[in-house]
Amino acid sequence: MIVYDRFVLDNGLRVLVHEDHSTPMAVVNIMYDVGSRDENPEKTGFAHLFEHLMFGGSVHIPDYDEPLQRAGGENNAYTTHDLTNYYCQLPAENIETAFWLESDRMLSLAFGEKSLLVQKKVVCEEFKEHYINKPYGDTWHKMRELAYTTHPYRWMTIGKELSHVENANSDDVKHFFFKHYRPINAILVVAGHVQLENVKRLADKWFGDIPMGEKYHRKLPAEPRQTEARKSEVYANVPLDAFIKTWHMDARLDKGYYVMDLATEILGGGGSSRMFQALVKERQLFSGLDCYHFGSIDKGLVAVEGKLVKGVAMETAAKAVDEEIEKIMATPVSALELEKVKNKTESVIAFEDMGVMSRANSLAMYELLGDAQLMNTELEKYHEVTTEDIQQSCKEVFRNDNSNTLFYHSK
Amino acid sequence: MTNRTNAPEIIDAVDMKLLLKPYEHFTLDNGIPVYSIDAGAQDVLMLEWVFYAGNWYEEKNIVAATTNFMLKNGTTQKKAFAINEHFEFHGAYLNRSCYNETAIITLHCLNKHLVELLPVVAELMTESIFPEEELAIYKQNQKQRLEVNLKKCDFIANRLIDEYVYGFHHPYGRYTSTLDYDQLERDELVSFYKKFYTEGKCLVFVAGKPPADLAKQLNHAFGHLPLNKKAVPEIQYNVEPAGIKKYNIINDTAGVQGAIRIARPIFNRHHPDFPKVQVLNNIFGGFFGSRLMSNIREDKGYTYGIHSYMQNHIHASAWMVSTEAGRDVCEATIEEVYKEMAILCNEPVDSEELDLVRNYMIGSLLGDLDGPFQVIARWKSYILNNLTETYFYNSIQTVRSITAEELQSLAKTYLNPEAFYELVVV
Repeated sequence: MIVYDRFVLDNGLRVLVHEDHSTPMAVVNIMYDVGSRDENPEKTGFAHLFEHLMFGGSVHIPDYDEPLQRAGGENNAYTTHDLTNYYCQLPAENIETAFWLESDRMLSLAFGEKSLLVQKKVVCEEFKEHYINKPYGDTWHKMRELAYTTHPYRWMTIGKELSHVENANSDDVKHFFFKHYRPINAILVVAGHVQLENVKRLADKWFGDIPMGEKYHRKLPAEPRQTEARKSEVYANVPLDAFIKTWHMDARLDKGYYVMDLATEILGGGGSSRMFQALVKERQLFSGLDCYHFGSIDKGLVAVEGKLVKGVAMETAAKAVDEEIEKIMATPVSALELEKVKNKTESVIAFEDMGVMSRANSLAMYELLGDAQLMNTELEKYHEVTTEDIQQSCKEVFRNDNSNTLFYHSK
Repeated sequence: MTNRTNAPEIIDAVDMKLLLKPYEHFTLDNGIPVYSIDAGAQDVLMLEWVFYAGNWYEEKNIVAATTNFMLKNGTTQKKAFAINEHFEFHGAYLNRSCYNETAIITLHCLNKHLVELLPVVAELMTESIFPEEELAIYKQNQKQRLEVNLKKCDFIANRLIDEYVYGFHHPYGRYTSTLDYDQLERDELVSFYKKFYTEGKCLVFVAGKPPADLAKQLNHAFGHLPLNKKAVPEIQYNVEPAGIKKYNIINDTAGVQGAIRIARPIFNRHHPDFPKVQVLNNIFGGFFGSRLMSNIREDKGYTYGIHSYMQNHIHASAWMVSTEAGRDVCEATIEEVYKEMAILCNEPVDSEELDLVRNYMIGSLLGDLDGPFQVIARWKSYILNNLTETYFYNSIQTVRSITAEELQSLAKTYLNPEAFYELVVV
């Protein structure tokens, strides 16, 4: 049970406070309700590039990192399809430094030309390092384009192509900042060795006078229900054939999300999962195989992904995956299998909640989803899932018409 | 109006009190030492069984790593599937990892399932059988994995730089080829297993919220095993560094980045300069505000990240600069690395920068000691390196008191470009 307090400043900034006096540290976590799904399709990768620019100096402070390090702190940030999160940890005595730094960059960035110029290069190198210069690095670029026709999950957070990052200009930066980085679109979580009253005082002092901004109402084009199986093939300079197949699943807060989370564990989570046992160990068609989903807020994808054992035909591997999928659609999973994956989920949640930083991040995430209290009640939703639920969800999700298959051939 | 121009007052992290929480220690009936940290809020536990079964002790390449990997792949009583199912059914994660000197079995679990899990961990240490069919699958899949990795410039660079620094015959410099997998025999695993696991030296580390009867439970499962009877064999290897210092390798003609590694051999933690060089390393390339990062990423944008660090080895170490940079700016990147070395040799660090690094290092250490898993990890490292808490407090004292003059003199001694190996893999 994670205990926290919540209050809202006049400018709409939501503040959550989670005290834990077993640590000498404090965590300040700010989550902005903007991710790559909110980008213009012609200017993709921008939310993530923008995250880099948040470290390039704000209106009163030329450099974000230096004063934080001087106060004994460390920080980082990440951008997903759904959101952007900034977090720092520092000795609790120096917590006001974090308020000063975070509030100033929420007030306004400095919008320096040099920062934009350099960070565009840095992000291009990041793009190359992870998506161009690695075997199979473009797999998910290709799969997302196949699986989504309409919804902005169609592109990767890093961006569709290098040129989108290279062409970003300072007007884009200002526009994006004042549209998304306003108190009304942000959540502040303060955790660790802190006192509620002090956090209230500091939040008011540092964030209270920042203009509210306009609430961003997301109107993303919904992905239409897929009615025909899609398939694509790639030939690349890679040593092994790879097989990737995806299906559309329910959104983060739908019941079907929890059901599918458990179903993917039964199919591909760990050494006793069905697909690992059948396809890697017994039939030896794949040298490795995963079944997972992305935890997306909007309707996301379930994926099966694996590299083929040399000599195995792509069609044989694809058929074997289909057989496992058909099995879970045709026959309910055993009570034992369901209990196993529920136990695993309980354990994962307990371990995740160990660190203060991770707790702060989760609180922000659940608040963004609509209710921080979900953090304490979500396990129940997993416990409620029945073997019938799993069969029913699998029948709906794993329809052949809902599938996208990518044959990634070794040239 | 809030004054946003002036920074709020800070308390220097350097002045903060740092305590390394002491472990509880007890010994099982057969002499296995157990080190335990009780500092959890959640009812969870991490247990690690450390064996002296790393590649330091193997007579043939990858015997140690394979033995470690296959501990979970079958015992006299259970097939691989049943082993995995047992741990997973109890929501537990059983991992194994092989290092140079040591090889480890790690269990993460909820306290309530411990009693079901410990006997099976013991079974893995005493009754693993390394089935031929499992070995065949492992060989096939590992060879395929290696083939994919060999396409990556960073993977190639990491292997080669270690070979240059230590020599291929040293456990720190050795790496794997597909031929090594082909030549591996089941018997070799069985005999390595018997010697270094079943009858080997074992230490146990526990962290989380241990149950009151932990000692009893551990003794019941492990106290009667034939462990810790013989001393670990004393094996020495000579470091045989390469004669040539500079290398350029094209692994992928279409590559758009180069993996750069610049490294020199350096002493282990027992050398009195080690904690001092750690401070110098932080200034050089050890954190986000370091000179390499500020110059090469934040000013020039040549790379997504550049780091320097001392390798985490027990016997000897290397001081390493590591980055992936755009292919067209690799040369310029290397030039800047040497420029930064020269500046550290020629100019004393100013007090503002040095104070920042001191505060950053202490603050980061304070953050690192947060939580039982982090505390036990530090103790494990000290115990395996034959160090005590004196090392911890000495290091802190070094961070607090080292002077700019000392740092400059260390730079002159250790940051001389001719001592460094230099490698670019595209």
